[in-house]
Amino acid sequence: MKSKRDPARQATGEVGYLALSDGTVFKGRCFGALRGADDPVSGELVFNTSMYGYQEILTDPSYAGQIMTFSYPHIGNVGCNEEDEESTRVHAEGLVVRAAHKSPSNFRATIALPEYLAQHGVMGIEGIDTRELVTILRTRGAQMAMMAGGVRVDPDDLVDQARAAGSMEGKDYVKHVTCKEPYTWDYLPWSLEHGNRRRLSPEKSTSQSAPASTSRPHVVAVDCGIKTTILRLLVDVGFRVTVVPAGTIAADIMALGPDGVFLSNGPGDPATLDYVVTPVREILGKVPVFGICLGHQILAQALGGKTYKLKFGHRGGNHPVSDQSTGKVEITVQNHGFAVDRASMEKLPDKSATISHFNLNDLTVEGIASEALRAFSVQHHPEASPGPHDSRYLFDRFYRLVMAAR
Amino acid sequence: MPKRNDIKSILLIGSGPIVIGQACEFDYSGTQAIKALKQEGFKVILVNSNPATIMTDPDLADRTYIEPITADFIEEIIRIERPDAVLPTMGGQTALNVALDLAEIGVFERYGCQLIGANIEAIKTAEDRELFRRAMDEIGLESARSVIVTSIEGAEEAARSLGYPMILRPSRTLGGTGGGIVTTPDELLPKVAIALAASPNREVLIEESLLGWKEIELEVMRDHKDNVVIVCGIENLDPMGVHTGDSITVAPIQTLTDKEYQRLRDAAIRIVRRIGVDTGGSNVQFAINPETGRIIVIEMNPRVSRSSALASKATGFPIAKIAAKLAVGYTLDEIRNDITMETPACFEPSIDYVVVKIPRFNFEKFPLADTTLGTQMKSVGEVLSFGRTFKEALQKAIASMELGSFGFDGAKYVQGMGTTEILDACARPTPQRLWQTGEALRLGFPVHEVHKASRIDPWFLEQIKEIVDEEERLKKLALESLDADHFLDLKRQGFMDRRIAALTGRSEGEVRARRHHLGIRPSFKSVDTCAAEFAAHTPYMYSTYDAESESRPTERRKIVILGAGPNRIGQGIEFDYCCVHASMALQADGFETIMINCNPETVSTDYDTSDRLYFEPLTVESVIAIVEHERPEGVIVQMGGQTPLKISAELAELGVPIIGTSVDSIDIAEDRERFSQLVSKLKLTQPPFATARSTEEAVEASRKIGFPLMIRPSFVLGGRAMRILYSEEEVRTYMREGVEVSHDRPVLLDRFLEDAIEVDVDTVSDGRDVLIAGVMEHIEPAGIHSGDSSCCLPPQTLNSDVVQEMRRQAIMLARELQVVGLMNIQFAVPKSGQVYILEVNPRASRTVPFVSKATGVPWAKVASRVMAGTTLAATGAKEVVPDGYVAVKASVFPFSKFAGVDTILGPEMKSTGEVMGIHQSFGGAFLRSQFASNIILPAGGTVFLSVKDGDKDQLLEVARQLQQLRFKLIATEGTANFLRASGVDVERINKVREGSPHIVDALRSRQIDLVINTPEGWRPAMDSKSIRLVANEMRVPTYTTMAATRAAVDALELVRSRQFLSVKALQDYLNCLL
Repeated sequence: MKSKRDPARQATGEVGYLALSDGTVFKGRCFGALRGADDPVSGELVFNTSMYGYQEILTDPSYAGQIMTFSYPHIGNVGCNEEDEESTRVHAEGLVVRAAHKSPSNFRATIALPEYLAQHGVMGIEGIDTRELVTILRTRGAQMAMMAGGVRVDPDDLVDQARAAGSMEGKDYVKHVTCKEPYTWDYLPWSLEHGNRRRLSPEKSTSQSAPASTSRPHVVAVDCGIKTTILRLLVDVGFRVTVVPAGTIAADIMALGPDGVFLSNGPGDPATLDYVVTPVREILGKVPVFGICLGHQILAQALGGKTYKLKFGHRGGNHPVSDQSTGKVEITVQNHGFAVDRASMEKLPDKSATISHFNLNDLTVEGIASEALRAFSVQHHPEASPGPHDSRYLFDRFYRLVMAAR
Repeated sequence: MPKRNDIKSILLIGSGPIVIGQACEFDYSGTQAIKALKQEGFKVILVNSNPATIMTDPDLADRTYIEPITADFIEEIIRIERPDAVLPTMGGQTALNVALDLAEIGVFERYGCQLIGANIEAIKTAEDRELFRRAMDEIGLESARSVIVTSIEGAEEAARSLGYPMILRPSRTLGGTGGGIVTTPDELLPKVAIALAASPNREVLIEESLLGWKEIELEVMRDHKDNVVIVCGIENLDPMGVHTGDSITVAPIQTLTDKEYQRLRDAAIRIVRRIGVDTGGSNVQFAINPETGRIIVIEMNPRVSRSSALASKATGFPIAKIAAKLAVGYTLDEIRNDITMETPACFEPSIDYVVVKIPRFNFEKFPLADTTLGTQMKSVGEVLSFGRTFKEALQKAIASMELGSFGFDGAKYVQGMGTTEILDACARPTPQRLWQTGEALRLGFPVHEVHKASRIDPWFLEQIKEIVDEEERLKKLALESLDADHFLDLKRQGFMDRRIAALTGRSEGEVRARRHHLGIRPSFKSVDTCAAEFAAHTPYMYSTYDAESESRPTERRKIVILGAGPNRIGQGIEFDYCCVHASMALQADGFETIMINCNPETVSTDYDTSDRLYFEPLTVESVIAIVEHERPEGVIVQMGGQTPLKISAELAELGVPIIGTSVDSIDIAEDRERFSQLVSKLKLTQPPFATARSTEEAVEASRKIGFPLMIRPSFVLGGRAMRILYSEEEVRTYMREGVEVSHDRPVLLDRFLEDAIEVDVDTVSDGRDVLIAGVMEHIEPAGIHSGDSSCCLPPQTLNSDVVQEMRRQAIMLARELQVVGLMNIQFAVPKSGQVYILEVNPRASRTVPFVSKATGVPWAKVASRVMAGTTLAATGAKEVVPDGYVAVKASVFPFSKFAGVDTILGPEMKSTGEVMGIHQSFGGAFLRSQFASNIILPAGGTVFLSVKDGDKDQLLEVARQLQQLRFKLIATEGTANFLRASGVDVERINKVREGSPHIVDALRSRQIDLVINTPEGWRPAMDSKSIRLVANEMRVPTYTTMAATRAAVDALELVRSRQFLSVKALQDYLNCLL
């Protein structure tokens, strides 16, 4: 696991370099924590096209092991606050932007982005032609990169280190970000009126459809790096939620008496996660299963499908996805570097699962469903945060599935 | 679901003339829609009264009706053409309103045609404030607390419950006409009266004030399968209280977190669903309390709007085109994104730059108008600019405005102001406020104080502060001390060479040379809808100072066309029309065409009008950079009006290959001395004139020239500060107060020919051969700016000898000036029959689109081909004189937007747009031009007459005619006595100073249906001015010249019979000529 750094020295516009494994070097100025030549940032360089929600993205555990660049040039305008965190820390390894803002303006902001990053020991570089960077990643594919700032940084050295860093393929980051112990979760989604500190009260029901917590159906969420908004929406839709570490064996999950099992998002190569896939395979058919993103890739593998690495992935808040059951299009939030192989799903014996959603941009698999096994999953992020809420109906779909099976 | 098969023909309703609040964005949207529908195989019928539009080109729609956009005329068109469907969402508020009228009188049932793109229910719910409020309540969204009133008493009651300030919003008006902010009880009566008068249904919504809140707009598209996408979020830099059309706006939204943005997105989608816009684009406006995040829904437009044009240009997502396809049955996922070619249109654009829109105002034309911005739109145009950062986009937008400002050079706007005055200036929204906030920050007022005064979000102020701080540092540096890194950093923040030059005390050329020496040149990035996530096939570029340039020039033969910049009075859509035609013609001749322009409302800035589009300011700096990058074989400067012409000499000097008429010939025409030499050389006649550089020189000159004389500053647009003077005393006053005179900028004096007929002649020449495109006789006499006069083609009263003589002179001038392309000449013909030359403009003129529509010959295309080297003979173009019909052009004025401004016409141009009437008879054509300008001539009622002595003879005839038409006549004492003496029955009414009940009372109580008021000697007497002001306020048709009155009376005869409604398509008129 990435060591939680001491509050690092805050950068004050020192020259910094971003070096890609293909030899491209960008020069910019550092903000956030200053990471020097002796302690460079290393990660897979990826881009995200969302124009809003940088804080949610930076704190999404799925970005562990990755250096994030935003295509939108102004980052930090609205500062940071506790309510917009998707986990308790910044998971992205580093941040590359065109212009970082030091004087945020928003009524909910409590800290500027550079200070926030410094607190989390994460470095950013600004002044980069991020559009050129996106074009490089799009045409040559995602690649490993290094970042360092201050004196004595040799960009050529950084390129060598980036080349030596290997690839995201074959890397298990889940083990770094999953929780250590099971815990229960009863916080409700963020609202303007109540922020994110509102909890489910055990006596009262929160909505007409959802019963009080004691009588709620129980969902066990396998934490591969779960975003808190997912947990909040599971509660909101009517579940009682217990979170367990990735790799919890099937028997231990079933011992919790779940009415449904949820497979979370998370970082890294899904093909390295046999220890997560195997318990899911054993659970399938016993209780309804719902997976998001990495959870979707885990479900696909549990059903016998395969995953592969995309050239540069999908990361943004504007991808059109068609739901095959309704023919409707939803604008989705995406964050994945790997995808489920379509052919491998279509070849499954007995058509045990079907493809339920397609990405309309490149026709990749966006969702799978097995009616017989009462399991379904989507590649995109219905919890959004950041991004459009079009797909939140999937939480209801899961709730209905669980109630029908109960 | 693919397209509908039950519809074969569609009637598209245009938006009519350019007025404040409804500009050429609707030509842009309508043109896109027509192209898209024709591509899908539909027969498209168009109605639009605006001849200066691309959409009314006879080869675009299948059937083009240049008719007034009123229910009567449209019903007639529907009766003849029997379209299966009517599409009313492309023509702004005008088209929606007329669709409601058509529905009300049962036209859709009567002729079995259906409305597509919107349904009546949805339009009503969106437009009717009370229905809208109830709809918002139903879906749990908040609206501002408000009361609907229909009387002053109601408004007083409302004030008690809502408190001050209150916002007035008259129902069913465009651009917020008649609206305002009432801040104190004294303002209640006058402002509410105006608001009530402006509303067609006499209804005004009075609202709690949200002044100072954030204002955000979302552009939404929905298809009939209920797929919804948000094309763009737009944040207003000017907070609530300023009409969004008058606000500086920014995309994407800069100061909301994702959670706050998603609340708006969710709300917008719910609103579109609840209102029931089945397909198409809508605009939703929100106010957000910056301290609490509370959201208030302001309004929703169930149609393509100014903001959707802006959103389309800002993102590359063609809202109008896609809305048209959705209207005929397609769904968003079935439509391809033209820019990426591989992804569907069902997505939300992601942009990786910032766009800034700044509105352009023309208050200098209306010296008495209040320049405070409020809920009623007052701007006449806008610019849009792209940058990779807000600072860059903002400074580029400022340079695009053509105000002579190239950055935060606003010291003059705060000169002599003390601390409180500066903060007051920041608090009062005006066209200068942006610069004033910059100066306040420069003077050391902290951001939070400027924010407290202006309510502009601190984020924007912080950015402006960074700019002025950088300026202060730069002031202390020598140009040579800037190293490459520093220079690049300045350019990345959007500092123009001109601004750097001013700050370092150098010339622009020196700054450019230094920059080039340091190897710093702009890169060009593309607008691709997807933030580079997909490879884009887009020709749509902007400059910035980033590393990678994406614009790869081709090896083809290419021509650059310089556009016309922001719309303003004197330079409007006509010039964009010419630029677009240049592009079309040269493309057809095999050239690659490259457009440079910064006006988001136009067809020229559509992504598929030219082979390549540079969305850039029309400054020497940006044009040079593009020309160096693209290396075209020619650059066209004569299509975009004064904008490109102003910089043409400098461009030519820098080696830019300008094609067409030489810069020197342009100079001969512009330079009075040189032109006068030319006139005498050709033995032609021009009115005596002189140039003066001081008051004494002016007085001296006036003695030589004689009175009356016309006086104006040199080199202005649209006749700014022109006056007609009758005495030496007036000359002295004008010189003292009217203008800034300097050696370089003298004033010009011309003998003014009273009661002369003015004539516009447009020609095209290749330097040898000359064709006369059109001879247009003005209806108003010389002395009224040619842009404001009505005119007709062919001439109606000129005899053929005079026309022949003007032709001869025009041809002579074109040859002598070696004109290659278009030339416009203005002649004046007094009673003597002598032909005087007033002015020669060797470039595209305002009348070119009108002449082209009236003759069916695309003259701007012919001229462009000639400029690129084709001979006039080889173009095959022939002179056409309309036969069997008459075309009338009339101007449309913005007086209703400016309370207290006199409606009298003069040498200063005031109109924002024009309409055309075409008919077998002159009266029929003139009548159409009036209806199309929203001057609804009465079929009966009372006419008020008050004319100057010189007009009394003509008045008699008019009065007799009116009497025959059974109008009741009333007049003040002088006129009444005169008419009675001649045996005309007329009622006498008091002048204002004679006490109530007087004429103004009669107007206010709607007892007058038509006003004929020709003021004495161009000196608007206070008494007659108050008549015109109230007539304007009450929307009573008013004529201020006898010529227009005579034409109107001719037209009135027709109004009495419904025959005047018979309509004929433009194509049918033109076919008769063949």
